[in-house]
Amino acid sequence: MHESLLIYKKFKYLKLTLTTVILCIVLYLYHSPIGSPNGGTWLGYTLGTLAALIMFWLAWFGARKRSYNKSKGNLEEWASAHVYLGLALVVISTLHSGFQFGLNIHTILYFLMMIVIISGIIGVYFYLKFPSLITKNRNGLTTEMMLTQITEIDEDIRELSMSLDDFTVDLMTKAIEETVIGKSFIIKLKGVDPDCHTSLARKHLREKKFSGNNKIREQLLSKLTRKEKILDQLRNDLKMRSLLQIWLYIHVPFTFAALAALIIHIFSVFYYW
Amino acid sequence: MMAEIFKVAIVGSGPAGSSAAARAAKLGMSHILIERQDHISDTIFKYQKGKFVMATPDFLPLRSDLNFQAGKREEILDVWDNGLEDCKVNVKFDTEVTSIKKEKNFTITYADGKTCEAENVILSIGLQGNINKLPCEGAELPLVQYQLDDPEEYEAETIVIIGAGDAAIENAVALSKQNTVIIVNRRAEFARAKQGNLSLISEAIEKGNVEAYYEASPVKVEKDSITLKTADGEARVPCNRIIARLGASAPRRFVESCGVDFPDKEELKKDPKKRPDPRVLPEVSAQYESNVPGLFIIGALGGYPLIKQAMNQGYEVVEYIGGNKIPPADEPLLVEKFSVLNNQNVDDVLETIRKNIPIFEKLNTLLLREAILESNVHAFKKDDTIFKRNDYSNTFYTIYVGEVGILVDPNDPSQVVTLNQGNFFGEMGLISGRRRAATVKAISDCIVFETPRRTMLKLIQSVESVKDNLDKVSMLRQIQTHLTPGVDASDLQELIETAEIENFSAGDVIFNQGDEGDHMHLIRSGSCTVSVKVGGKDIVLSYVPSGNYIGEMALLSDQPRSATVKAAHNTQTIRLTGKAFKDVLKKNSSIKNSVEKKFKERINQNEKMEGQPEAGNIIQFLIEQGVGEGTDVLLIDETLCIHCDNCEKACAETHGGLSRLNREAGPSYASIHVPTSCRHCEHPHCMADCPPDAIHRAPDGEVFIDDSCIGCGNCERNCPYGVIQLAAPPPERFNLFSWLLFNKGPPPGDLRKSTDYKNKKKKDENQIKQAVKCDMCKDIEGGASCVRACPTGAAARVSPEEFMSITSLTS
Repeated sequence: MHESLLIYKKFKYLKLTLTTVILCIVLYLYHSPIGSPNGGTWLGYTLGTLAALIMFWLAWFGARKRSYNKSKGNLEEWASAHVYLGLALVVISTLHSGFQFGLNIHTILYFLMMIVIISGIIGVYFYLKFPSLITKNRNGLTTEMMLTQITEIDEDIRELSMSLDDFTVDLMTKAIEETVIGKSFIIKLKGVDPDCHTSLARKHLREKKFSGNNKIREQLLSKLTRKEKILDQLRNDLKMRSLLQIWLYIHVPFTFAALAALIIHIFSVFYYW
Repeated sequence: MMAEIFKVAIVGSGPAGSSAAARAAKLGMSHILIERQDHISDTIFKYQKGKFVMATPDFLPLRSDLNFQAGKREEILDVWDNGLEDCKVNVKFDTEVTSIKKEKNFTITYADGKTCEAENVILSIGLQGNINKLPCEGAELPLVQYQLDDPEEYEAETIVIIGAGDAAIENAVALSKQNTVIIVNRRAEFARAKQGNLSLISEAIEKGNVEAYYEASPVKVEKDSITLKTADGEARVPCNRIIARLGASAPRRFVESCGVDFPDKEELKKDPKKRPDPRVLPEVSAQYESNVPGLFIIGALGGYPLIKQAMNQGYEVVEYIGGNKIPPADEPLLVEKFSVLNNQNVDDVLETIRKNIPIFEKLNTLLLREAILESNVHAFKKDDTIFKRNDYSNTFYTIYVGEVGILVDPNDPSQVVTLNQGNFFGEMGLISGRRRAATVKAISDCIVFETPRRTMLKLIQSVESVKDNLDKVSMLRQIQTHLTPGVDASDLQELIETAEIENFSAGDVIFNQGDEGDHMHLIRSGSCTVSVKVGGKDIVLSYVPSGNYIGEMALLSDQPRSATVKAAHNTQTIRLTGKAFKDVLKKNSSIKNSVEKKFKERINQNEKMEGQPEAGNIIQFLIEQGVGEGTDVLLIDETLCIHCDNCEKACAETHGGLSRLNREAGPSYASIHVPTSCRHCEHPHCMADCPPDAIHRAPDGEVFIDDSCIGCGNCERNCPYGVIQLAAPPPERFNLFSWLLFNKGPPPGDLRKSTDYKNKKKKDENQIKQAVKCDMCKDIEGGASCVRACPTGAAARVSPEEFMSITSLTS
C-alpha cells in the first residue's frame, strides 16, 4: 500500500525521463550542425527550451507543495516526477551547452543548476537513509515522551540531591536547568554536545571525591546515566531530522539563483543575437 | 393536622421537572417541586462556567411556561430561576427523596425521614445518579466532602481520600503536590482505574508522595480525624479534610424501588451475573406514564436527553394530569411527514403501521411516534433504486405499502428476492456497520420508512420484540448471504433453529486450539483473529472480518480445533451447530464444494503465515491499536516518513486551521506507525451517545460531525482513540500575501502552534465549542488531503481488511 516516490506507479517518471533523455541523446548524435554543437542550432534551441520549461516546472514544486486546498492529485506524484525530471536536466542542459563552458553567465547558470541538482540528490539520499534510522533511534518513543522522561528524571535528581553539599547541589541544578538540546547549529548537526551539563555532572560525580552518602551517589549516577542516554537519543533524533531539512537550505536558495541566472541567460542570448 | 395532599409531586428540577412545575403552577394545580440540591438543574449547573448550551432540535417548537433558547449556562439558569419565581412554583430545595411508595396516593419519603403525599408523581431525575456517601458515622461532618473542584485551593493540609477509582486517584495525585495525602483503598490493589492513573498512583506511592492504606475501610469520622478498619486492627488517622470518591449509584435502583419495571428485567433475572445496561430505559406510555399508574417519567430518564424535548414533556404531562389530553408538540411534524400518504390522520397511520409492520407491532405509541418522527417517509416509483450495493449507509427500511426486490447476486441482476408489505430490509448494514451487501429496488410503486441507525439501536436495546424479530429474520438472511447462497429457507430450518447469537468483547476467546469442534460461527459484526500456539507463543495467522465464517475446518475434518480464534473487538457471531450444518452440506453439493475450497485455501494460507511470524505480529499490533474495527485507517510507513508534517499542515489548511491528526503521537511497530487520527469505525464509538444526533456516516463511509453539535463532549470522551477535540470556531483566514504583508488573519499552518491563537483562545474561553474530527476530506475533491500532501508516499489510508490480508502482508 505504501510506495516510495522513486518507484511511484512502477517507475512511471523514471521511464518518462529515460525516454526523453535517450531521445535527446539520439538527436544530439544524429544532428550534425555547422561547426561544433552549440545552443544556437535548432537542436540547441529545442533542448534549451525544454530545459528551461523543466526548470520552471521544477521550481513550481515549492508552490504546489503548499497549495493544499486547490490542487487535485497527490504530491507524491509531483515529487516523483520532480526527482526524475531534475536528473534529466543534467543530460539535457549539458547537451544544450554542446560541452562549451567558459567564464560567462551561461556557465554560471550551468553550475548553479548543478548545485541545485546535486543538493537534490543528497536530499533524496537523506530521505532514503534517515527515516528508518530515526525510527530505530527513537525505539518506540516520541519526542514528547523522551522529554517527559527527562523531566521525571530531573525531579528525581533534584530530590536525591537535596541533602547533599552546596557544590554538588549546584552541579545537579546546572545539569537540570542548563542542559540544552540543539544548542547551536553545529551542535545540532553533530548530534553531540561536548559541554553537556548532564555529562559534566556525571563525570564530576564519578571522578571527584564525594562527601555524602554513597548510596545516594550511586542513585544519582544511575539517574544521570539514564538521562544522558535519552539526551543522546534526542540529539541524534534532532541531528537526523535537521539533516532531512538542511539540504533544502542549499537547494531552495540556489534554485532562485539559478532561475535568476536562467532569465539573464535567455535575455542575453536574444539581446546579443 | 393532616398534611396537604398535592395533586402532583415533581422529583428533580432539571429542564423537564422545572417545566412541569411551572405548568402546574400556571394551571393552579397543587404541586411540589423537590430538588436534592440548593439550586435547580444541577446537571446544567455543574457545566463549566460560561458553557454555551444549544437548543436542538431546531425543528421542534418549544412548549413550556419557562423560556429557553440557546445561550450561556448562566443566562439560561437565570431565566429559569426567574421563571419559576414568576409562576410562583412551590420548590423544596435541599431535599433528597429516598423512597416513593404507592398505596392510594403516593407517599414520598425524604432523607430526613419527613414525608409528603401526592396523587401523581413526575420523576424527572435525569441520569446522573446519587453520589455515594461514606458508609459510616460522621459522613455529614463538615470535613467530609464528595467533590473536588480545584486542587490548588488546598495547601499544607492532611487530606484523606477514600476510594480507588479514577476520580480518587486523580484527586490524590493532584493534591499531593501541596498537601500530605493518604489514600484509602478497600481492596489490596488499585485495579479499577485507567492504566494512566494506575501508573500515576503507583509512582506517587513509591515516591512517598501519597501514603496508601490497603484493605481498609472507614469506621468513624470525627471532627478532626477518621478511624479506619485495617487488616491490623483499627487506626485513627488525624486529618484536616476527607474527600470521599465512591462513585455514584445509577438512578435505576431507585426507580425500580418505586415499582417501575425495566424491559430487560426478565433477562437479568435469568442471568444474575449480568450487569444492567445503563442505556436500557423504563417503559412508559404515550403520556409518559410508567407501569405504576400515576407515576410519570420524563426527561433523560425517559430516554429524551435534549433540553427542549424534556421541557415539552414536562408541560404535556402536567396538562394530561390536569385532564387535558393535548396532542404532543410534534403532531404537526408528523402531519407533514405523512403528507405523501394523502394526508391521512396521524393516529390512523400509526395504527396501520402497528398492524401491518410486525417489527413495530409491540411498540408503545410514544416509542412508535418517536421512531416515525425520526424516520423519513419515501414514496418510490416502480424500478427506482432505494440503495445500491457497497453504499455506506446504515439506515433501516420498512415497507408500508408495495414491494421491493433485493438483487442478491451482483453479477446476475435477474436473481431477485421479493419483499412485500410489512417486511424490513437494510438490516445487514445496520448490524455489521459495513457497506450495503446488495442493491434494493422498488418492484412496484411503494412507500417505505427509512429509520436512522440510532433510532433503531435505541429500539433494539429497549424493546425485546424488535430485537427478537430483527435477529430471527436477519440470521436467516445472513446465513443465506454469506454461507449458503442459493439455498432455500426451508432447507435451512434446522440450522436456523439450532443457531444462537453470541457476543464477544475484545480479546474474548471464541474457541481454543485443541477444543472439540462441534460447531462453527458466522461473524455478524466485528472481526476476529486466528492464531496458533508455537513454542508457547501465539502466532497470529489471519484477520477475519464480519461476513465470514470460522470454525469450519475442525468441523469438516473431525479433528480438534487447529487454531484459536479471538474477537478483535466487540463481535457478534451466529453459532451454528455442526450436525445441522453438515446436513445442509450433504444436500447441497455446490455449497459443499465452495466450503471445501475455502477450507483448502485457509490451510495453505495458514502454512504460509506460520513461516512468517512477523506478518502475524503486525496483525496483532494493529488489532491492539483498534485498527480492526476501523474502516479506513491512516497508516504511516516509517521507512518513508521524513517528519515534514506536511500531512498535518494539509489537514489544518483544509479544516480551518486545526489539524485533526497528530502524526507523531501513536504507537509504531515494524515501521508501521498508527498516528492519532480517526479510523471511521464500523460501529463508531463517538455516535453512541450524541444528544443532538450530529454524528453521521457519509455515503462513502466517512464519519463526520455536522453543525448541530452542541459541544457536550460525549463523543470526545467515548472515542477510545482520542481523535476528537472540542474546538472554538477558527478565526477567519486570509491568503498568504495578506498575512505576510498586512498581518491580516492568523499565520498559515496549524493554528495551535501560533501564540496569537492561544492568547485569543484564553480570552474567549466562554465561546461555543464544537467537536471536530477527521471527515476524510469528504467535501474536498480528490480525497484525504493528509495522504495527498505526503511527498514521499509514507502516508496511506487503508482498509484494515485489505491491509491485513495475507497478500498484502507477505508480498
